[in-house]
Amino acid sequence: MSTTTDAPAPDQGFRLNQLIYDTRYRSMTIQIVALIVLLTFFGWLINNTIENLEALGKDFDFGFLGQRAGYDINQVLIPYDSGSTHGRAALVGILNTLLVAVLGCILATVVGVLAGVLRLSKNWVVGRLMTVYVEAFRNIPLLLWIILIFALMTEATPQPRAFLVDESGNADASMLLWDSVAITNRGVFIPAPVGGAAAWFVVGVFLASIAAIFLWRRYAVKKLLDEGKVVPTLLPSILLFFVPTLVVFFLLGRPISLAYPELGGFNFNGGIQVRNSLVALWLALSLYTGAFIAEIVRGGILAISKGQTEAAYALGLRSGVTMRLVILPQALRVIIPPLISQYLNLTKNSSLAIAVGYMDVRSTLGGITINQTGKELEGMLLLGLFYLLISLLISGAMNIYNNRVKLKER
Amino acid sequence: MADMHSEADLAFVRETMLAQKEPPIAEQGALKWLRENLFSSWLNAILTVLSLLLVYWVLAHTLPWLLRGVWDAGSLAECREIRDARYGDGVDAACFAVITDRWQQLLFGFYPRELYWRPILALLCFFAAIAPVLFARVPRQMLGFTVAAPFLIFLLLWGGTIWGPLTVALGFVIGWACIAFLTKPLGRLVATIAAVLLPIIFWLFLAGPLARELGNILPIGLEPVGSKDFGGFMLSFVIGVAGIILSLPLGILLALGRQSDLFLINKVSVGFIELIRGVPLIVWLFTASLLLNYFLPPGTNFDIMLRVIIMVTLFSAAYIAEVVRGGLAALPKGQYEAADALGLDYWQSMRLIILPQALKIAIPGIVSTFIGLFKDTTLVVFIGLLDPIGLSNSIRATTDWNGIYWELFLFIGIMFWIFCFSMSRYSMYLERKLTREHR
Repeated sequence: MSTTTDAPAPDQGFRLNQLIYDTRYRSMTIQIVALIVLLTFFGWLINNTIENLEALGKDFDFGFLGQRAGYDINQVLIPYDSGSTHGRAALVGILNTLLVAVLGCILATVVGVLAGVLRLSKNWVVGRLMTVYVEAFRNIPLLLWIILIFALMTEATPQPRAFLVDESGNADASMLLWDSVAITNRGVFIPAPVGGAAAWFVVGVFLASIAAIFLWRRYAVKKLLDEGKVVPTLLPSILLFFVPTLVVFFLLGRPISLAYPELGGFNFNGGIQVRNSLVALWLALSLYTGAFIAEIVRGGILAISKGQTEAAYALGLRSGVTMRLVILPQALRVIIPPLISQYLNLTKNSSLAIAVGYMDVRSTLGGITINQTGKELEGMLLLGLFYLLISLLISGAMNIYNNRVKLKER
Repeated sequence: MADMHSEADLAFVRETMLAQKEPPIAEQGALKWLRENLFSSWLNAILTVLSLLLVYWVLAHTLPWLLRGVWDAGSLAECREIRDARYGDGVDAACFAVITDRWQQLLFGFYPRELYWRPILALLCFFAAIAPVLFARVPRQMLGFTVAAPFLIFLLLWGGTIWGPLTVALGFVIGWACIAFLTKPLGRLVATIAAVLLPIIFWLFLAGPLARELGNILPIGLEPVGSKDFGGFMLSFVIGVAGIILSLPLGILLALGRQSDLFLINKVSVGFIELIRGVPLIVWLFTASLLLNYFLPPGTNFDIMLRVIIMVTLFSAAYIAEVVRGGLAALPKGQYEAADALGLDYWQSMRLIILPQALKIAIPGIVSTFIGLFKDTTLVVFIGLLDPIGLSNSIRATTDWNGIYWELFLFIGIMFWIFCFSMSRYSMYLERKLTREHR
């Protein structure tokens, strides 16, 4: 009685139209056609490039990185002068980009979290104020903000000369924070930390005590999980943070001191001069990105349903513990991925430094070096690779984080 | 026994209801609102006072400056004379005369003055064309105009003979005809291949000579205007709108490519998206202006604005691809399986089942990408195009308006704010309209 309905199709051998109509082969056909088209296209591009380079009498090599740069950079983190190489100029630029990116990420996070939380507050004035901030910064181009803040820094701040005290003891402008910070139209002057070899010892102790705090917290969690004993963490953490460093600092006879900026003639000497270009770029990037972060934080907090809070209360958790153990871990899962992509955006947007003349990697490697050596192709390639590398590193780290906090569904 | 509780036993009986008492003063009206919204706790009170102080400080510094604004003057020096005469020496006063003097430049760049009607008409055409796409209440017949509008707008903005846009449009007609008339006799695959290849061949080899010949025979057209004369908000708008319209389909294709099972397509899409997203737009713009000549056959040189539009399109397409991918990933797997179970092929299931839902989820992200693109059009100033910020620099460079900052920034900022804010409001409206969940 058994009838086979799925008799094998009569073997007719391979026919050419199976390449298109048979799903087993069709994907292969499509991919091979795509590969051919793609290779042809790239071959065409490379061929054109080679021909164009020959016509211009240029070659493709990175030797220019070892040549003398011959231009000055006004804001440097590592020693550099006009006799240094193009490679070193690029490195200075890279460090400058990273400097403004890191500073920007920190301030943007602070501003963004504050604004996001305050925007949810029941306080009408504060809520409206934060809405105005967020909508203003999100809907106006970053470039305009950078130029605007730079104009504010250079046009609306006093000259260093205004800080001079005249005979009657008055000055047109005064320094902030107990005479340690001076905001002028030539830049912001801040105290510089000065210290010898012993200073590094203090820094080392400080780092060690930070590590000790983490170890103590891990020990406390382990103790709680294994034996159910609650080990205090807050007070030991605070003590560990301050005490060892301060003790070493005073035992070694205060090896770190601050060199304050002082008015000499018509300009400030000593301390660190932070150029207005850096300050303007930093503030604009932070405020702009902060507006986006505020929305992310607000969305993250709103995304946690009220039932979670109520369930935690029903279990008898207090509000602080509820926040720390129930709400925040869930909100962070929503907040962190877009937050990190905002950090990435900030880093890429720092290339707008060109608008205020801050010497980031695009201005050194991708700007003056290209103009001086005529190596557009190599310079832009390196510049692109640098940004791509940063972006891939950060998104790689984000993927690892996402996989760690992902909801474990069964 | 009967009447134990006679009225005489009771000392007092209330016979009328008392009128309702007023709530305490602190629990009603403005005072209650103040207490609950502004001073509910110490922290809140401090925050309120601080923000009021901040608002006062900002207004005290800007409001007098704004209100004293001088609107009618020919130069900054004249502006200052009027201000000194009116309010006394050196008082802070805005000089909005720069806007009244130069607003045409800020809007149109160096577009010939007598031809301003063309960009204005083009803008009206754009609104008429976009209306049926944005709002369902507009009659559907308007969609026919939407199809024709790009060619009309191109003609209005750049001028030249009408045959250029017409021959380009003819290419699309050829593609459509291939699908319509070749599908029956030759099968869908051949028709699709023909619909892609024939127009490309036509554009590459036939369109140019054909347009030239027709132009010689029947020279109908408008006075040509070069891209270098474009500027101001018109430039931002052209680049932004072109980028937005072109990047959406490309972005969707890239997102589908990234979801694809085909190894090569998948890897190429991922590579393209990551490459574009990893590098700042400004570097891509410099690539377009410095390096494109290396990659093209020797001697080719094409319009800087076209280059910028291509770069901006590719850039935002990569971002849109990621947003759409998020929408695709958020759909339950059952939707894909249901589409397969209905026997739909890949493109049918995408078109009818998957994409409508995925795009709906992705709307907020897509619109914020568009807003980002529109804001990023300001970056073209670095490769020598005169966007509003570039024009503000060149206005400041003239002797008349040397040293004027804030008024120009204010004007540009407000214009951008209006465009971007209305885009974000539209996306909220669309989201609400498309919600299908029960509430």
